[in-house]
Parts: sequence; structure tokens; C-alpha cells
Amino acid sequence: MIEVKNLVKKFGESTVLDSLNLKIETGETKVIIGRSGCGKSVLLKHIVGLILPDSGSVLIDGQDISKLDEKRMNQLHMRIGMVFQGGALFDSLSVWENVGFVLREYSTLKESEIRERVKESLSLVNLQDIEDKMPSELSGGMRKRVSLARTLCIRPQVILYDEPTTGVDPITADAINVLIDELHDKLKVTSIVVTHDMRSAYKVADKIAMLYNGKIIAEGSPDEIRYTHDPIVRQFITGAAEGPITAVSKNTIDI
Amino acid sequence: MINLLDIRIRNKINFLGKKVIGFFDYVGVLSRLGLETVYWIFLPPIKKERIFEQAKKIGIDSLFIVSLVAMFIGMIFAMQSAYLMKKLSSEMYIASIVALSLTRELGPVITALIIAGRCGAAITAEIGTMTVTEQVDALKTLATNPIKYLVVPRFVAFVIMLPVLTIYADIIGIFGGYVICVNRLSITSGMYIHTTFHSLVNKDIFTGLIKAIFFGMIISLVACNEGLNAEGGAEGVGKSTTKSVVLSFILIIIADCLFTALFYFFF
Repeated sequence: MIEVKNLVKKFGESTVLDSLNLKIETGETKVIIGRSGCGKSVLLKHIVGLILPDSGSVLIDGQDISKLDEKRMNQLHMRIGMVFQGGALFDSLSVWENVGFVLREYSTLKESEIRERVKESLSLVNLQDIEDKMPSELSGGMRKRVSLARTLCIRPQVILYDEPTTGVDPITADAINVLIDELHDKLKVTSIVVTHDMRSAYKVADKIAMLYNGKIIAEGSPDEIRYTHDPIVRQFITGAAEGPITAVSKNTIDI
Repeated sequence: MINLLDIRIRNKINFLGKKVIGFFDYVGVLSRLGLETVYWIFLPPIKKERIFEQAKKIGIDSLFIVSLVAMFIGMIFAMQSAYLMKKLSSEMYIASIVALSLTRELGPVITALIIAGRCGAAITAEIGTMTVTEQVDALKTLATNPIKYLVVPRFVAFVIMLPVLTIYADIIGIFGGYVICVNRLSITSGMYIHTTFHSLVNKDIFTGLIKAIFFGMIISLVACNEGLNAEGGAEGVGKSTTKSVVLSFILIIIADCLFTALFYFFF
């Protein structure tokens, strides 16, 4: 289980996460929604240990990750994979070198065995015969899937997705949603998906949580969120230009 | 009026003080990165091929530009020395002046400046792009320390290749001086070679090489540090690259002055 307790993070004067609390049960797919720049990616980076909190804690199976030394953090990273928004593939390495990165660095497997594992991981994300291509030769959707294959290669127990459907066409976006669902069912991984794409959220989520002003203001099943009466959540999920979220922004600008 | 002047002077001193503190702060940051890098050098897995790849980029790929600049520096130095030596009727010492200036000073400094501009900038741009596109974060999530993966191979390659390139630049520069002296200044080939070897002692070469090793450390650490701290997309990477080259140049010149003083007064 992943537990975020009273997490506070400030960048300069701006408080991005303000005593945020969140629980993700093992095997659950939790989708975190919120406006662009509201701190969703910052929250993900706290969960994977890339950013340390100003105060509060992130507990993974009861372990406070901000207190882990480098060795134990690396062991944790072998259990938690992250799919970055732009894929974050290593430009100078080919697809197979990217996907098999951890195996090439740390395992004693032969190149042929690593290539087999890479093929296996790529087939899980429905990609074939692209092992020798360079990242620059791939489309946006393919880059995201290769990035997911790289994460899958380490057989993680938890996968974090940062905006998995942003910047791809609707058909590719749906294919990525199906993939997230399939991986969840096949591999029984815990998934945390950060997105502002509500189609994607409804499709993959067991639970949806909305991040607003540094806090989780609503949490529930996709249907509970879909039919909520909370005006802030309603404005966000319907994508209305007028409402409490934009009224606050306008007031702030007026001041 | 006096008060206004006082305030202006105080502001200038404050500004200067902040710059000096900032400089030592930066040297502290580099020293820390250097210590961490040395720590990671000896921890497995040690990937020699990554060091060779960097050594090729820094060394072999820079041979042409180093040759060109060193050759011309040698020729220019021979001609400038000839201007003075002719007046003193001491043309035979031109070879000594060229050899000593190159091995002790110009060889290491010019090579370091070329490599800082050519390779240091490229490294900052490469690592900076990796930073702003989250590739460095991806490395961390793949249980890989960015210092071990990115800084160590470049640091080791620089420390090995800069002395090698410096020796190469010394030889090419001395050859440049030879071309001018033998063809235009009526100094025989034998006399030039004899004077060159006669005037050089081991200390001249070693002091140059020690400087080159430190310059290699400076360039690699500045380049990697600026790359790892790049932010703000393409514009940020551009700024970091410029800063990397400027800071490398400044630190190389300051380190050169300190080493020259050290070798002159104490050894």
C-alpha cells in the first residue's frame, strides 16, 4: 500500500502540495485528476522519490521513502516504475538498449537473453520489430509505449503514469488506456495515473481523486466522480469555462 | 552628497562581495561533485566502453582543431620571438622560447580552452537536454545514479585525454616553430632540434601535464554540473551551455595562474 501523509511542497513562494493525504491500495488503479500545473506530476515524483517533501511523508508498504539511503532507494526503484509524460527515452540508445537498460546495467544475462526479455516486454505493449530503431524514429504514441515496455522489463509491482494520453491522437490514447487496463489485469500491478483526460480517467480508474489547490478535494469511483454535486469537480469533469475554479483564478488576477 | 557617494560605494562593495561569495560557493559545488565522482569511479559496475567512447569524442575527434591551433600558435610564437631575438642577435634561442612556452604554458592552456569550447559545451548541451526532457529523472527511476552513469565516464576521459592532447599540442606547436625557423630564419634543422631538447627538462613537461589534468577536471565538472542543473527547455539548455564555457574559461585561467605561481615559487 502507498500512503501519502500531510505532504507539503513549496517552490519559492508557491505552495504546490498543501498537507495532501492519499492512500493507494495494493492492486488498485488510482487516477489523479486536476488542472495543468496543479501539482499532479510533483505528487508522482514524490511517490517515486525523485523529489523530497518539505514536510509530511510518503510511505510505501510502511517504509518512509524520504528516509531511505541510496541502496535501499535503488531497491525500491526496482519495484516501482514510472512512465514519463514525453517517454524520457534515452536519445543516444536504441529501443532495445532503452528497454533492456536495467538488465544491461545490472544483470549478468547474455545479450541474447536480454534481447529476448526486451521482445517480451515490447510484445506486452503491442510493439514488434522496432528493437533497432532509435527513439527519434518513433511517433509520440510509440515512444510512450516503449517507455512503458522499459518499465515492464524490471517487472515492477507499481507503475506510475504521468499524463499517458497527452499529446497523442484519440485512437492512440484509447489504445494506451486499453493497455493500462490489460497490464493491470495481467500483471496485477498497482497503478497511479496522473491525467486531465477524463475519458482516460473513467476508462482505467478503480478510484479517481481530484487534486485542487494542493489538496485532494474529492475521491471516489468513476461513477461517484461522474455524478458528483461538488461544483469544483463538476466544472473540471465537464470542462466548463465558467465555474468556481475559474472564478477563483479571475479574482486572484483582479487582486 | 557624501552620503550618496557612500551608498554607491557600499552598493558596489556589496555587489563585489556577493560575486566573490558566489564564486567560492560555486567552487564548493564543483568540489563536492568532484568528490562524489571520485567515490563513484571505484564502485561497480565499471563500464570501460563508456569511458572509451567519451575518450574518443574528446581526444580523437578533437585532433584536427588542436593540430591547427597548436601549429599556428607555434609559428606565431616563433615569429614574435624572432622580432625581439633578432635585435639581441640571439635567434638561436627562439627554439628554446617556443619549446618552453608551449610545454609550460601555451600547450595546456590553449588545449584546455579548445576542448572546453568544443567538448565541454557539447557535454552541457547533451546532459542539459537529458535533464529538461526528464531523461535524468528516468535514470534515477531505473536505479541508476546520474553521477555514476553520466559524470564518471566523462570525468575519467577528460583526465586521461587532456594530458595526451597537451603532449600532442606541444609537439605540433614545436613543429610549427621549426617550420618558421628552418625556412625563414636561417636556423638549421639540427640546431633547432638540439636547442629544443637541450632547453627542456622533465619538470617543464610535468608541470604542463599536471595543469592539463586539473584543467580536464575543471572542464568535465563544470560541463556536467551545468548540464545536470539545466532548466527551462531549449532556452535554458542554451544558457547553461554558454555559462559552462564561460565558467570553464575563467576557472582554467585562474587555475593556470595559481599553478604557475606554485611551480615558480615552490618547485
